[in-house]
Formats: sequence, C-alpha cells, structure tokens
Amino acid sequence: MAELREELKEKLIEQLSLEDVEVSEIGDNDPLFGDGLGLDSIDALELIVLLEKDYGIKLKDPKEGKAIFESISVMADYISKHRTK
Amino acid sequence: MIKEKYYISGFCSIKEKKVFKNGNQLYVDSESDNLKDFAKGIYKYLELKYPKFHKMDELCKLGFLASEVLIKDMKEVDQDTALVLSNKSSSLDTDRKHQESIQDREDFYPSPAVFVYTLPNIIMGEISIKNKLKSENAFFVTESFDAEFVSRYSEILINTGKASNVICGWVDLDNDKYDVFLAFLSKKGKIELTKEELNNLYNQ
Repeated sequence: MAELREELKEKLIEQLSLEDVEVSEIGDNDPLFGDGLGLDSIDALELIVLLEKDYGIKLKDPKEGKAIFESISVMADYISKHRTK
Repeated sequence: MIKEKYYISGFCSIKEKKVFKNGNQLYVDSESDNLKDFAKGIYKYLELKYPKFHKMDELCKLGFLASEVLIKDMKEVDQDTALVLSNKSSSLDTDRKHQESIQDREDFYPSPAVFVYTLPNIIMGEISIKNKLKSENAFFVTESFDAEFVSRYSEILINTGKASNVICGWVDLDNDKYDVFLAFLSKKGKIELTKEELNNLYNQ
C-alpha cells in the first residue's frame, strides 16, 4: 500500500502540473482539496480520468469522487479494492 | 459622442525568446529550446507565486505573463479595466492536443485540464482571476493585428463608461511560434492612442 501511495503522489504532481510540490511534501492524510493541496474542480475531473485510465476504475457518479479523493490514503485504499488493472 | 483623447500608458511584447516593456528589453533566454521552459523562465524572473500558472496552456501562459509584465509596477489595477485581445490562431495549439487525445476510440481519455483551454478567451479569464477584474472582455480572431479595430473598440469601452482602462493587444501561438503584444490604454499617459502609434509599437 505504501508503494501505491507514493505512486499516486507522483502521478498527482505529473498529471495536475503541481510543479512547486515535491512528493515528500504530500502527507498521506493531507486533504487534497481546500486547505491541503488546493486542488480545484478541473483537478477533480482529471483524477476521475486518472482512475479509469491507470486503474480501470470507472466512477458511475462523479460525486463519488468527493469521498474518494479526500486524501492519498483514502485514494490508495479505494484503488486497491476496486482496481481492474 | 464626444471624442476624447486616450493614451498608451504602457506596452509589452514577447517575441523571439525576449520580453520587452515599453521598448526596453526586460528578459532574454537564449538557452531554453521550447516555449514551456521559456515561459517558466519568465515566471521565475518575475518572481511570481501563482501555482495555477503551471496548469495553464502555453497560449494562456504567454498572455498571462505579458499582462504581469505590463502591470508590474502599478500599485493596483482598476477592477473595471477591460480586456480586448486578438490573435490569428485562436486556441489551435491546444485544440490539436485535445484532438490527439480523442483520436483513438480504443484509447479515448480526453484530459479535462487540456479541454478547458480549447478557447482563446480563457486567457482573459486567467488575467481577470489573478487581478480580480470584473470588466468587459472580448477576444477577436483576425488574420493579423488590427490596430484600428482594437483601438476603436477600446476607445468605445472607455468613452461609454464601460471601462476606465483597457488592456488590449495580440496573443498568438501556433506550433511554438509566438507573437505577443499588449498595451495599457487609459486617460493618462505620454503616447497618444492612435492606430498608427499602436501599430508602430506592435511592430517594434
């Protein structure tokens, strides 16, 4: 699981163009939206695409993302349970 | 309508790896071999702290950086400063990237972050958000920089009280070829606004 969390942090920085952020600066339980990494609604859509493209997880309702993208830990947990690739 | 005099109180251009402000070279980059790195270099030179910059497409970055150079030494920008921009290539540079992502039905993953930049007027949205502008804005696609049209349109905005100032100009990008010119128009300044003067400054 630790490996997946690191992988997700790297993907977030790459996919969301977080150029000023280092992997070491993202805590496993830091909120990704709001006061945490400060991601926005377009980032949320980008994460939905990432889930499908890289892990084969297709969210039926985009609103599900709000809970899944709470933090790296929550994301990693969800992906490990639902991934198809 | 009473014809008042308006002025070009500042201007900026980004061409051939160089940034100019009011005719003076402000920044040059002879090392970077792509636009992304060149834009990043200007961002660092200006000491900007605006993470959203890195998410913009290259066209937006150019317009955004030119606006930052233009207003660099101003204490504040009036909220009703209008934006009147134009270019030849619209958002074609990003349109192609989006098209590539939807070309293959078996590998169909369009990026929302790319898609939002498939309109050139997003440049004005980015500038407005950064400077908290609540103003008129318009983006025109023309074959070349039309100083007469842009200056007349801007004059009307000021003359009718819809704007106190106007940032106008040309922000064009296609396949790493870019040409950027912005001017700040207001009721004060040394260079009187005429289509000839605006054209001269663009061609400098």
